[in-house]
Parts: sequence; C-alpha cells; structure tokens
Amino acid sequence: MFQHVLARSVGSVAAVCFLFPGSIWAQAAQPAQPAQSQAELREELQKLRAEFDSIRDSYGARLAALEARLAERPAEPAPAAGVAPVPAVPPPVPETPAAPVAPAAAGQPAPVPAPETAVPAGAAGAGGPQGSLPVYGNASAMSKIFNPDIAVIGNFTGAAGRNEIEPRPALQLDEAELSLQAVVDPYARADFFLAASPEGLEVEEGFLTFSSLPGGLLMKVGKLKAQFGKVNTLHAHAMSWVDQALVVKNLLGGDEGLNDSGISVSKLIPNSLLFLEATGEIYQGQNELFTSHTRGNLAYVGRLRGYRDVTEGTNLDVGTSIAYGHNAVGEDFTTRVIGVDATVRYRPLRRAIYRRFIGRTELMWSRQGQEAGDMNAFGLYGSADYQFARRWFAGARYDWSERAYDSTLVDKGPSLLVTYWPSEFSQIRGQYRRTRYAEGATANELLFQFLFSIGAHGAHTF
Amino acid sequence: MKRIIFIVAGLAAVLSMAAPRAEAAINIIATTSDLAALVTEVGGDKVTVEALARGYQDPHFVEAKPSFVLKLNRADLLVVVGRELEIGWLPPLITQSRNAKIQPGADGYFDASLTAKILEIPTGQITRAMGDVHPLGNPHYWLDPENGRRIAKALQAKLAQKDPANAAYYAQRAADFDRRLSEAQQRWKSMMAPYKGIKIVTYHRSWANFADAFGIEVIGYVEPKPGIPPTPQHTLDVIQAMRAQQVKLIIVEPYFDLKTPNSIASQTGAKVLVLPPSVGGVPQASDFLKLFETDVSMLVDAIKSTGAK
Repeated sequence: MFQHVLARSVGSVAAVCFLFPGSIWAQAAQPAQPAQSQAELREELQKLRAEFDSIRDSYGARLAALEARLAERPAEPAPAAGVAPVPAVPPPVPETPAAPVAPAAAGQPAPVPAPETAVPAGAAGAGGPQGSLPVYGNASAMSKIFNPDIAVIGNFTGAAGRNEIEPRPALQLDEAELSLQAVVDPYARADFFLAASPEGLEVEEGFLTFSSLPGGLLMKVGKLKAQFGKVNTLHAHAMSWVDQALVVKNLLGGDEGLNDSGISVSKLIPNSLLFLEATGEIYQGQNELFTSHTRGNLAYVGRLRGYRDVTEGTNLDVGTSIAYGHNAVGEDFTTRVIGVDATVRYRPLRRAIYRRFIGRTELMWSRQGQEAGDMNAFGLYGSADYQFARRWFAGARYDWSERAYDSTLVDKGPSLLVTYWPSEFSQIRGQYRRTRYAEGATANELLFQFLFSIGAHGAHTF
Repeated sequence: MKRIIFIVAGLAAVLSMAAPRAEAAINIIATTSDLAALVTEVGGDKVTVEALARGYQDPHFVEAKPSFVLKLNRADLLVVVGRELEIGWLPPLITQSRNAKIQPGADGYFDASLTAKILEIPTGQITRAMGDVHPLGNPHYWLDPENGRRIAKALQAKLAQKDPANAAYYAQRAADFDRRLSEAQQRWKSMMAPYKGIKIVTYHRSWANFADAFGIEVIGYVEPKPGIPPTPQHTLDVIQAMRAQQVKLIIVEPYFDLKTPNSIASQTGAKVLVLPPSVGGVPQASDFLKLFETDVSMLVDAIKSTGAK
C-alpha cells in the first residue's frame, strides 16, 4: 500500500517537474543522475525550455482569441416577458439527485461574473432557461459540470464527567465525512462516503446503485451499511444522538454497526394496503460482527419493511431484520441476529418546519455460537425526539442491552438530549448520559457535539 | 434461514397477485399541487394526476415518505418544479422508485422550470452565508400566470408525445385553458390596477414572480436570509424600512409562524395577510385560475382594509 502510494507520488513529482522545467527539474535531476555531464544536462534543459515556451505561446494565443470572441458577444440579454420557450435551449443536463450545481448548459459561454454577488434584492432580474447560469466564482466552472457533488461533514465531539469503562476524549474531531455523489450513466449512480477519524481513513460506504433494473428491483453493489434495522443504516451525523445506542455496540458489532462489502437487492412488494419492501443482501462476511474464515463464509442480511400513512402527518414504519454469518470463534461457529424495529412519526404539514415527533424502538436478539454452546443475548433501545421550535429539538433515549458474548452482563442507562440548529447545515447538541455498566461502574457524562456540513450533501432517505 | 426465505417469497407472491392493475390513462405524479392543477387543465380525463406536496405545505420541506415511493413507482410521467426546490426530498424518492421512466433525464421526467420565466438567478460567487439560496433562481415561479401558460403549453407537447392518439384533445384543452387564462388575466389586471407599485413585505422569497406579474414591489422579507428564521436585529431593520416607506402589508405563506409578522405589524400598523402560494393552500383555491382569483381578491381586500390609496 505504502509502496504503491510512494510510486505514485514519485510519478506525480516527475510529472510536475516535466511541466515546470525550471529549477525544480534541475534540482531533482542532478542528484538522480550524477553521472550525466553538465553540458548534456544544459542542452536538455534548453530543449525542454523551448518546448515549454512554444506550448505557453500557443495556449496564450488561443486564450486571447477566446477572450476576444467572448468580448464580442453582447452580455446575455434578459429574455423579454412572454418569450416562449425556445427550442434552441440546450437540453438540460439531467439534474442529478442532489446536484447542487446543476447543469450549466455546455457550450454556452459562462456569463462574466457580476461584481456584486448576492442574490438580486427583491423581484428584480429575469431569466429563463436561456438566462445566465450559475457561475461559481470563475470561468472555469464548466469543468465542474461532471464533477460529483462533494460535501464534507465535520463531527466534533466532547465529553465531560467520569467514565472508566469507555472513556471518550475530552475534545475530538470524531470524524470528517467526505461524500462524493454523482450519476454514473443512464443506468446507475454512485455514492462514496469516506470517513476520516482518529483511527484513520476508511471507506464508510462506497456503492453503485442500479435504479432502472427490470422487475422493480433496486440493486446496490459495493461497501454498504447493511439494511438491518433503522439506526444501523444511518451515518454518524444523521443520528439523533452523540453516541451510538448500546444495543448496536453490544449486539451488532460495535460503534460502526454492520457494514461490509457486498450486494444488496431490494424489491417493492406491490399491494393495496401498505408500502412493503423486501431486501436481501450478501456480504463478504468480514467486519466487526462476522469473520470470514474461507471464501465461502459469506454473511447474509434480510429485511422486510412495512410503512403506512395513518394521517397526512402521522405514519408508522415497522420492520424486521435478520443477519447471519460466521463469527470469530471458528469456521463452525455462526452468529445470528434478529431485529424488530418500529417508528412512529408525526409532522403536521402546515407546521412542518416547527414541529415534529419521532418515537422509535429497536429490539435485537443475538445468538452467538461459542465453544461452550450458543449464547443468546437480547437488547433494545427506545427513543423519542420532539422538535419544539424551528431550531430546537429535545430528545430522550433509554438503553438496555446484554452483551453478545455473555448475556449475564447487562449495560443500561438513560440519555437526555437537546439539539440546536443554527441552520440546516450545522447543529449543536448536548447529551446527558448515565450508563450503568455490567462491571458495576456507573458513568455520568455530559457529551456535546458540533456537526457542520459544507458543500452539496445529498438528501437522506426517510 | 431457508424457511424464512420461503415464507417471505410466499408472502410476496400472494401480495403481488392482489396488486391493482394499471389503468389505461397516463399516470402522472406532480411534486406540487400547482403543477398537478396544470396537468389537469391540459390532460383532462385522459390522465390521472396526483400531487405529492399539499398546497398548505412548505414545498422545500416535504418528507420523503415511502408512500411517495409507491406513487413514483407507478408513474408514467413525473412533473417537477425543479430549480432545486425539491432537492431536500425528491432525489432519494426517485432513486428508490425503481422506475426507469422517471429518472432525471429520462423521457418521463418533466422539469416545468425549463419553459418558465425564472427570476433572481444569482450571478457571481454564491455561498451558504447567504442562507439557503437557490443557485438556479427563484423556484416559486408558478405564481406568475404567464408561467402557467408556458408550462401548460409544454405539458401539452409532452402529453401529445406520450399519447399521440389524444393529441387533438390535449391541444383543444390547452387552447381552452389559454383562452380562460387570458380572460382572467384581464380581470386580475383591472382589479390590481389601482394599486400598481404598492410596496409589501413578505415572509419568504415566494412571491417574486407574483409581484412581478401584478406590479407589486417587495421591499423586504421577514426572514433575514432565505431559510434563516427571523432575528431581532433584522426584524428591527424591517420595521424601520416599513415605516420609512409606508408599507402596510405583510404577506405570509400558510406554513410560517405568525409571531414575528404579527409583532412587526403591531409596531408598524401594517396588516398581516396569510396568502396561499399554491393550489389547495385554502379550500377555495382549488385550481390554477382560482389560486390567482383567491390571491388577487384577498390582496385587494387587504390593501383596501389598510386604507392605502
């Protein structure tokens, strides 16, 4: 891995040197080939310099010509009211889901950025599809058209109080999540989520989604968060809490939950009563919960989810999941986790930005094969979140979970939360947590979290 | 494990048999009630149409409910407002719809904004420091009757292409809508004529096209920046501006809190008017023409009651 990176960086250094044949080249080349005579080197340098100059000149000329052509074109006139759609309008580049910078029409000159930058005040200005297009700072914006949507989400946490069992650092940038999302071709889209944390850089998820398969199938291929229950599918920044629920830690493989490389296929089961979705997934079987001893030791996840609107503002979402695979004890030992989850949501449509309530519970039953026989363990959490003002949320959670390797060990405790949203793109959260660990210790902690997002992060699924 | 798979498969088979069969009419889903109303104007009884967001709901903040996935799954045509209005909820629904016909760029994906007159397209560098700004322009463009006309025309072409057998029907309905709209526009214009150039304050930037169409001047917003809730300092600024310019009317969308608008009103002697920006926002705004009918008459009544000229 390291060698690979090294080779690549050497390559790029070489490339850079080639492009800037000035002093860098000389410095890099001399120690590399001390045997070469000065004269030879100088000759080569001259040649390169001439080459570079000619390239520069030709580009300069072409740039000047382009600028001249741009200047000739009058500023894009605002289309008069009543102008019907003109067929000459370049076809819109398909708006990629979550594309923030859509489709500046290719082939159209980028309008010269106006000196003032804010949204024109009031009802001034006009435009149509043929109007000026967004320009992000400079004329090279066109090169960004096919770039994926990029966003970074910072997750900064802090902790105060005492916890001898699972101490968290007082202050830490827990995670910086980089997301890269784009449509691949007319048949698929791709999403990458890279998480940089104190443990290193990790591909949290990276998958291809085929959205247009026959038979009403939706297929994902890549590294995925397994469709097991509700909270396992969420990224850290999308959870309602600073920490992970104890049942996920104890029974589903730790803080990260269940994520692995594999294939996921889901299908809607059409019926007139409710939304019903069945998902089947096959994984490599190598993660915190499962261990693959041979290539055939795959892990399987299945989920059946039902959803129904009770009223226009209230809905009920229930599901059951199963995960099965080999565990770390040995090739003949398996772990099976069964989960049941239920969510009630209330969000009055007329006051959707001020009020909402989400009540949720997840129950998990784990059966872990061990040398001494199967170990059965159970755990659950129940949580409630209530938005009481446009920017304020209050929440509570209760955890109770046995440990997968020994069901006599039980961790439990309540949490209380308050979240403040300065905007949709940042939030500040405080959590009081009291955990009674199986070891007998009780931890009283105050956790806090700053979440902030820049760039274009795609919308989250429901 | 195997038994569970069999049970699930069996259940799936039974439920699939109970699934309703598709009808002959073109099944259209529109993201908002306004677009659904325009589809009805053109498509008549040859199409079935349903809106995802309700007229009294903030179209920026619709929940991406799985029940919408089902609707999109069965759709032949998806009509969207575009300009990133639905960016917070529509993309995952489309991905999950498992419907190749309505994927962005496909034949059944119809972005109504492509034929509309769009205002407030930002130029130059934009950042989120400006709030939740729409980089592709103000997406509340349906509040201009002329845009309704343009969208209806484009819809007519789209429906004729999807269903050539009924092309004449759609053309006739579109022409009829065009004629009724023109008549109504004359009426609205004469109703608003005495108040041309009147200054108002609105909560969100939802009324740019409406103001443009009816000769209203929006001098400020209750929100300091798009999507950012009111702040005390900004509220003071708005009060000052309203006093200085003799503004007597604050227009609020039905989904915003009235606390700040009411307190501004009490300090400036202005009137707060809750005006539906979408079809179905109030019961009497039941179609595209009635939306404007309702808004214009409510506005005129409110202006009269404030005693402005």
